[in-house]
Parts: sequence; C-alpha cells; structure tokens
Amino acid sequence: MKGQGIKNFFDKHRPKFEKGGKLHPFHSVFEGFETFLYVSAATTKKGSHVRDSIDLKRTMIIVVLALVPTLLFGMYNIGFQHFHAIGTFAEKTFFEVFLYGALRVLPALVVSYVVGLGIEFAFAQIKGHEINEGYLVSGILIPLVLPINTPLWMTALAVVFSVIIAKEAFGGTGMNIWNPALVARAFLFFAYPAQMSGDSVWVRIGNEQVVDGFSGATPLGMALNGVFDYNIWEAFWGFIPGSIGETSTFAILIGAAILIITGIGSWKIMLATTLGAVVTGLLMNAFAVNDYMAMPFWHHLILGGFAFGAVFMATDPVSAAQTNRGKWIYGFLIGVVAIVIRVLNPAYPEGMMLAILLMNTFAPLIDYYVVEGNIRKRLKRAAV
Amino acid sequence: MSEKDALFSKKNLKLLTDPLSTQNPITVQVLGICSALAVTVQVKPAIVMSISVIIVTAFANLIISLLRNSIPNRIRIIVQLVVVASLVILVDQVLKAFVYDVSKQLSVFVGLIITNCIIMGRLEAFALGNKPWPSFLDGIGNGAGYGLILIIVSVFRELLGAGSIMGFQLIPEGFYNFGYVNNGLMVLSPMALITVGIIIWVHRTRKRELIENK
Repeated sequence: MKGQGIKNFFDKHRPKFEKGGKLHPFHSVFEGFETFLYVSAATTKKGSHVRDSIDLKRTMIIVVLALVPTLLFGMYNIGFQHFHAIGTFAEKTFFEVFLYGALRVLPALVVSYVVGLGIEFAFAQIKGHEINEGYLVSGILIPLVLPINTPLWMTALAVVFSVIIAKEAFGGTGMNIWNPALVARAFLFFAYPAQMSGDSVWVRIGNEQVVDGFSGATPLGMALNGVFDYNIWEAFWGFIPGSIGETSTFAILIGAAILIITGIGSWKIMLATTLGAVVTGLLMNAFAVNDYMAMPFWHHLILGGFAFGAVFMATDPVSAAQTNRGKWIYGFLIGVVAIVIRVLNPAYPEGMMLAILLMNTFAPLIDYYVVEGNIRKRLKRAAV
Repeated sequence: MSEKDALFSKKNLKLLTDPLSTQNPITVQVLGICSALAVTVQVKPAIVMSISVIIVTAFANLIISLLRNSIPNRIRIIVQLVVVASLVILVDQVLKAFVYDVSKQLSVFVGLIITNCIIMGRLEAFALGNKPWPSFLDGIGNGAGYGLILIIVSVFRELLGAGSIMGFQLIPEGFYNFGYVNNGLMVLSPMALITVGIIIWVHRTRKRELIENK
C-alpha cells in the first residue's frame, strides 16, 4: 500500500498548515501538492454539488501527456538536425542523437517550470488563494514553441511576462484572455526578433563546422522566398527545422487523438481550424499570382506551427470560444487568418501564433453574439 | 473660497499635490493616454513634453478662469480651443527655436496638445468655476501629474529598450558581450500601454481607496 503511505504523510502534516499552525503561511503550497496527488476532499459550500473527479489538475495532466510525443520527437529532431548540419549523422546511433537533443531541450523545460511555478506559488501566497494549476500545461508549451537556440534568460523573461501580465493581472487561471504560452512566444517574437526568426535559430550548431549547402531555414521561411526545397512526407514525420515541438505533424496527431478521445480538447475547434485553412488555401491556389500562393493547400496543414497551434493552442478551454457554434466560427477564422498572414504578409513566414491570439481576443464577442442569437431565436418561438 | 485664503493654503496645496497621486490624470482618470504612448520612447522628449503640457494647462486654466464670467456658455468650447491653440503654438515655436532636435522627435504631438483631454477636462471641470490663482495651481498640478507618469514610463522604456537614459549608455558593454539584447518590444507602443497598466496596478495596490467597488 504505497499510496497509503503518502496519504498518511499528508494527514500527519496537515495540522501544521491549518489556521494557527506553524506553517500556515505555506498552506497553499501544501494544498497544491495534496490535490495534485489526491482528489480534493473539500466539499462545495453552495451552488452545484455534483463534481466530476476529472478536476482541473487531472485535465491539465492529460494535456501534458498528449504533449509528450511531440516533446520526445522534438528532442530527437534537435539531435537529427544538429548531426545533419555538421554532417556526422551517419556515424551516430539513435540513442546518441536523442540524447543530444534531450540535453538541449531539458534546460529550457526546467527554466520554464521553475520560474513559472515559482511565480504561481508566490502569487498564491500573497493573494491567499490556491495554487493555480494552469501553469502545468503552459510550462511545457512555452519551450515547445520556441526555437532551440533561444537563450535561457529569454525563456525565463517570457515566462515572467506571460504569467504576470497575461494571467495574474487578469485574475489567474481561468480568467486570462489570451493563451499564456502564446503570449510568451509573442513577447519574445516582438522583443527579440533576431533570436526568434530567421535562418540561424532553428538548428543547434554549437561550435561545430557546418557542411556545405546547409541553410537552416524552415520550409515556410524558404517558401516565402519562393524556394520549395522540402519533402512533404519528411515534413509530416517532422524531420525539418522548426520550433522544438511543432515539426512533427505525426506526433501532434497522436496528441490530438488523446485529447479528442478523453474529451479534453474540442474536436470542433481542431476541425474548424483545419477547414478554415483548407478553404483559404484553396482560394489562394485558385487566385495564385506567385509561387507561394500556388503552393498546394494541404502543405499548409503540415508545415510550420499550424498543426501544433490547432491542436494544443486554439483548443485552450479558457481563451477559446465556449459556445458550440462559437467554436466553429472561432476555429474557422483562426485557419483563415493564419494562412492569410503566411501567404500574403511578406514580413512573417508563420501566422498561426498571431491568428490564435487575434481570435482569442474576439472569442468573448463571438460567444456573446451566439448567445444573443440563440435568445432571439427562442423568444421568437415563445411569442404567441 | 474665502477672500482671505493664503497663496499656499492647505486647500491650494492640495490642488497641486492631488493630481500627482490620488487624482492623477493618467493613472486614475485615464486621460491623455494617446500622447503618453507616443512620446515615451526616450526620456528627453518625455521631459520636454511634460514641461510643455504643464505650461499649457497652467496658463490655459489661468486665462479661462480670468475670462470665465464673460464667456457665453454656448460658445465656451470654441473660446477654450482658441486659448489652448494659441498657447500650444507659442510652446511649439519656442521648442523649434531652442531645442530643434527634440521638437522634431515630438513632431506632431506638440501640436496635438490641443486635443489632450487633460487640458479641456481641467478647463471644463475646474477653471470655469474657480478663481484664477487656484486654477493656475490646478493646471500646474495636473500637468505635473501627467508629466510624472510620462517620465516614469519613459525611464523604463528607454532603459530596457535602448539600454540608456537621456542618451547615456547605462547598461555596460560587457552585458551585450554575454548575450544581453535590448528589448525591442519596449520601443513599440503596446509596451507603453502595458507599462502604464503596471503603474496603475502598483498605484492601486498601494492606495486601496482607489479601487472602485462594483
């Protein structure tokens, strides 16, 4: 009965954290850890008394699990790109390649979690509320959407900005308007453009010598310049340069399956986003005046951060639209805006981040009109 | 107000100090935000802008207060605009004559002092109903309250965005060699809005009476 041992530990130490106890100031930390391991025993005081055992912490953990395939593949791909860039890939074993990437990705992950959870704990203490578990997901998302060469202090700064400005200022988990992970990325994107875009940030080189003909540009970055030098199946499996977690559409689809089967991610939003991109991509193809506009529409779904954004970012239950019809509109417009930014804006090769942030802003408005429309429809029916 | 009020009586001093904190035009009344975003990239233009606004609010308040009994109510806005516009043109010409480079940086925003909500607001709310001396003080106080926030915001923006203050490099070269990079977002106007937001947050946390109860 191993689990019981942990339970006894919590029971033994609980009195110290209750009101009047020695360690009362740290009660939110205690509570945070206890509810992390066990379903909370607290009962509701008023309102609805039926509670699902899948509470916020359980929800978040499933999203983290769904992200694990992309994380593991991202680690492998970092090594894959590195050894290809310096031309020694053929001599390396699978394990060496993976280890190289894992050792480069882990520090970013640790920095993100330590800084983010540190701020969450501090705010929980100061404001006297429970620890917000929302950061469990943001903490893994933030490193996954950054290029591998992002300096760690930039990651830390982005985490500070996103947790304080995008989340705590609005009232903590569940109150934020924008997806915190995307705010972190947007912050870095505008604050340090040289470290967040271009051809030299996606592949870790270290002090090695690169082989002739190595460019390091992402397929989208090249496509913007009219060069289409990629194999779409390689891109689907993920062997292309890009942010750590975004390259493998296959790994993302595994995550999508987990989210949809458990009912945690909204399949409506994922499908609507894809539809939006497909429709816009077809329109671009139909009216193509340059090579980029003529790029087959379905390549857009595979390249860049589209799949990652559609599955893990757009479906964020807090910042997405809440109503069913709203989700269709919200998702569809994300797809439309993302492709429009990609193809028609020469400054940004990727538009998924900005598209999701923009539609996050409009999600409450979409919901408002959906609800109003529903009320009007019902009133009409009720009229004698 | 009684005739015997001393020049710097408690009441008059309050007119000067209230706008610095509890009645701050930017952080409490949320007026004049537009120019606060535009001219705070560097400290020097922010200081010049603050002084210009202090002068215009103070003298506009004084003149309107002197005229307050003879302005027909229906055309008072036009009269106020004429007074403010004349003052702004004066300030603009002085800036062009003595600090031409800053004047060029501020470009259209000096002219736009005319449309600064703080000035019209103080004229309407205070100068039209009070004597010249208190109006003058109220103008200085509100201009200074505006300038205070402008300068705080610009210090953060110039320090983090360009690594300097008033053009003097403050962040040592060694930092850059170690990989420190200036924050490009601080130079863009959204960050001014966020900085003002953080100042409002801190201000309200320190002065809890500012938090309105719904």
